[in-house]
Amino acid sequence: MGKGSQTKHSLVVAQNFQLPAIETTPVNYPSSKQRYVSKRREDDPGWVEEEPQYYFLFTTYLSYLVLICLGHLRDFFGKRFKRKDYVHLKEQNGYAPLNSDFDNFYVRRLKLRINDCFNRPVTGVPGRKITLLERKTKDYCKTFQLTGTTKDCLNLSSYNYLGFAQGEGPCADAVEQTVLKYGITTCSPRAEVGTSDLHHKVESLVAKFVRKPAAMLVSMGYATNSTTLPTLVSKGCLIISDEFNHSSIVFGSRLSGAFIRVFKHNNMADLETLLKECISQGQPRTHRPWKKILLVVEGLYSMEGSICNLPKIIELKKKYKFYLYVDEAHSVGALGPRGRGVCDYFGIDPNEVDLLMGTFTKSFGAAGGYIAASHDIIDHLKLSNHASIYAESISPIVLQQIYTSMTIIMGEDGTSQGQERLERLAFNARYLSTNLRRLGFIIYGDRDSPIIPLLLFNPAKIPAFSRECLKRNLAVVVVAYPATPMISSRARFCISAAHTKQDLDEILKICNELGEILQLKYSNNNIRYTIEEVLRDVIMNIKS
Amino acid sequence: METMETAYPALNELFVFLNTTLTQISIYYSRIPGSGILLKYIKNSHQDDPFRTALELLLVFFAIIYLFTNKYRTDTNFIELTPQEVEELVDEWQPEPLVSPLSDDEKRELEKIPVIKGPQGLKVKLLNGKSLMNFSSFDFLGLLTNVTIKEKAIETLKKYGVGSCGPPGFYGTFDVHTDFEKKVSEFLGTEDTIIYSQGFSTISSAIPSFCKRGDIIVVDDGCNFAIQKGVQISRSVIKWYKHNDMEDLEKILKKIKNEDIETGRRLTRRFIISEGIFENYGDIALLPKLVELKKLYKYRLILDESLSFGIMGKRGAGLTDYFDIDPTDVDMIVGSMCNALCSSGGFCSGSFEITEHQRISGLAYCYSASLPAMLTVSASESINEEIIRVGDIQDKERCLQDIVDEAINNGVLLTRAKYARSQELFGVEPSIRICISAGFTKKEIEKAASIIKNAVTKVLKSKAY
Repeated sequence: MGKGSQTKHSLVVAQNFQLPAIETTPVNYPSSKQRYVSKRREDDPGWVEEEPQYYFLFTTYLSYLVLICLGHLRDFFGKRFKRKDYVHLKEQNGYAPLNSDFDNFYVRRLKLRINDCFNRPVTGVPGRKITLLERKTKDYCKTFQLTGTTKDCLNLSSYNYLGFAQGEGPCADAVEQTVLKYGITTCSPRAEVGTSDLHHKVESLVAKFVRKPAAMLVSMGYATNSTTLPTLVSKGCLIISDEFNHSSIVFGSRLSGAFIRVFKHNNMADLETLLKECISQGQPRTHRPWKKILLVVEGLYSMEGSICNLPKIIELKKKYKFYLYVDEAHSVGALGPRGRGVCDYFGIDPNEVDLLMGTFTKSFGAAGGYIAASHDIIDHLKLSNHASIYAESISPIVLQQIYTSMTIIMGEDGTSQGQERLERLAFNARYLSTNLRRLGFIIYGDRDSPIIPLLLFNPAKIPAFSRECLKRNLAVVVVAYPATPMISSRARFCISAAHTKQDLDEILKICNELGEILQLKYSNNNIRYTIEEVLRDVIMNIKS
Repeated sequence: METMETAYPALNELFVFLNTTLTQISIYYSRIPGSGILLKYIKNSHQDDPFRTALELLLVFFAIIYLFTNKYRTDTNFIELTPQEVEELVDEWQPEPLVSPLSDDEKRELEKIPVIKGPQGLKVKLLNGKSLMNFSSFDFLGLLTNVTIKEKAIETLKKYGVGSCGPPGFYGTFDVHTDFEKKVSEFLGTEDTIIYSQGFSTISSAIPSFCKRGDIIVVDDGCNFAIQKGVQISRSVIKWYKHNDMEDLEKILKKIKNEDIETGRRLTRRFIISEGIFENYGDIALLPKLVELKKLYKYRLILDESLSFGIMGKRGAGLTDYFDIDPTDVDMIVGSMCNALCSSGGFCSGSFEITEHQRISGLAYCYSASLPAMLTVSASESINEEIIRVGDIQDKERCLQDIVDEAINNGVLLTRAKYARSQELFGVEPSIRICISAGFTKKEIEKAASIIKNAVTKVLKSKAY
């Protein structure tokens, strides 16, 4: 990083730290004022993605080196003195091992030790709070036994952006009626006899919601990508994919048989260079022109919290004539003044994008996914999408949940509840990410993103952060390699409209405490706020 | 001339300067530890063989060039183009349309997809108000309208809500999931089970989590689409054997074994993949022979019981139950909750090692939200119910078989294809498949039709259905 950019960077940071004018701050802030509209503002200075000091990068690499060396050392002695534990990695009476010794090393020696931070069993509604079933291990995280006790934790892990994960309220009531009327399932794929009037009703609502002419539903979010992409492109076509695209996109792209090129995450200059190269060079070896080029990006990246640069992509699309597929799994319902995703957030006409894909698991508290596009494309997909021909159709109960939650978001139920949820989410997201940054943490992603990744770097801090949070009744997700790059392991907070301001303050306090204990305040900013200052400024400068 | 004279003393000065710097450099150089050895080496080498020195110098030269070349491509096919040429090519390029407009056939097919008004069940109502008997849904046990299951589902709704809002790894593993996994394992007689949130994605994700490049998969060529996609993405070596032809399978296994001996290649993972009841054919896999061959040739067996789970066997526990085979002899039993169990999702059952591995490398498991609790519970309830129902369905199956037999007796060969999705092919009754060849005359077809009609009436009357 050059010196010039450093100074510019600190300038931007300094702007962000301007204290708001002191006003009389009531203790209980009225709920109506804790709102914010999620949309891209031209004057938003944003945040520069920060790198920590070299010391932390160095110790991270060193930690992995130590872990790997120790792992090999333990393997060396284990293979000699504890043969029984390694049987499954060896050839056994003519069968090759299911897991190769080499592939399994990371899981066996690095992940196993912190297994207690993953797959934690839960019960009940994954709403504002989540109930964990407590468990203990006797064999260093190889197996777990439930203790029979439970623990109520503040939920920072579920994708419950708008707080529709509820066991009561209008959605649950409607779903109950649907169970009685429609039953649980349809027992047939869509293309056969699994289509009901409810499917058509929800499909037209979804199309209206995302402002596209037509939409179709798939019973699983993952399958929406993995079964649609192969029907759009094939051999002789090119898929250009962001390096951090979701596994389902990678799976679908690989199935399609199209050639795949990857560009650096959200880097438009790199994308343009790649486009120029690909179009001018044509297909590898034969140099024939590509039949089609499909650009696949996500609206909001689930591990980075970054929002795709849609205006620039649309600009490039006009010049380079590629087709655009935007995966809105996380952004639909979570971004935009009316919650209609990344197009709404940037104020872009959704018809500029060829295909909008999204899921109902997150903001709508349901399951499954959708594809929204022109009538031609949807008709084509209905006949060729693997999931609509072969997989079970989406269940009526899930459909009802989608329908009711979506009408609430659209305000068609006659209340302003949906708008309130959207604005609360926008407030919560901006409030937490801004204040965590002010405390000195390195936070990736956009300020409006409800996904807030807090960087941990050192591998030992991954389990430490997760366990310490659990002790303080906070359920957080920690992510490490291979879901993120090796160096940048992180904790990921998912903010919900169900969180109150008190919850967020509690989270800030806990993070501040852990930040001190675990040395997590990596930021190079000289201007740092103490927790008291952060909490005192109730009207935080989320707007600047 | 003037310039020459003035240049001479300048040159002298230069020589003096060069001399002193050289001496200075050699002094510094000698201070570097090990420098003497290098110098001695160069001197000796040069004396022995000046050509060698030249070669070494050349190597050093190339190394420097190599280090300083900033970019190079492995792609030798790359054509250097000027920026203008690139611009032109970009302007010229025209993509094909993303999708071609629907043909008349496709339009008709799209229109023909029936839309059911109201609930799915044994009797359904179409959007145009027509009431029909439903012979097309996979509701083999008639559990769609079961009241107990609905009650349980509503109970679950109040406790858990609808969505699970997270993948299993990140607080998406609910107690209902683990309970259901235990129940399926007990029901099947396996060690452990893992559930996926869609039936179709289960096997196409389970296969590539084990089968990697270099592994060998031997697959029945009548296998369903999900299996085809699973093996396609695995990048393993794929061999297809003729549908349900055990001799052909053995031939292929033998051939691979011979190749092994000839080439002496490293032992890799080997799998045989078959369906329990074939979705495309409606027949049953010859499991006893499959297990025998798998043991003989040391393969692991993956059995897709999506259609057979819940209906085959005395208890309805699938093909292992039907053939009375130890379920642990099948390495992976893949099933679905969206057919007989009248819910949604799929599962993979096997040893602890098999399921544990998928919990970190089964892509559709790790990267997808877990199955909604309501659907899990209703699948679980269905297992309770189905044990009572299985007797019923087998009676009906027998009845259909009787019709087939009766038709055969009268000179028409029919096949019972109860589980094939025949409505996609010809739009006929799905339980018995009738294929009409262009080779038949109109008269022959009429005759066949009357025979079939008689067979149906006769059987149904005799059994008083």
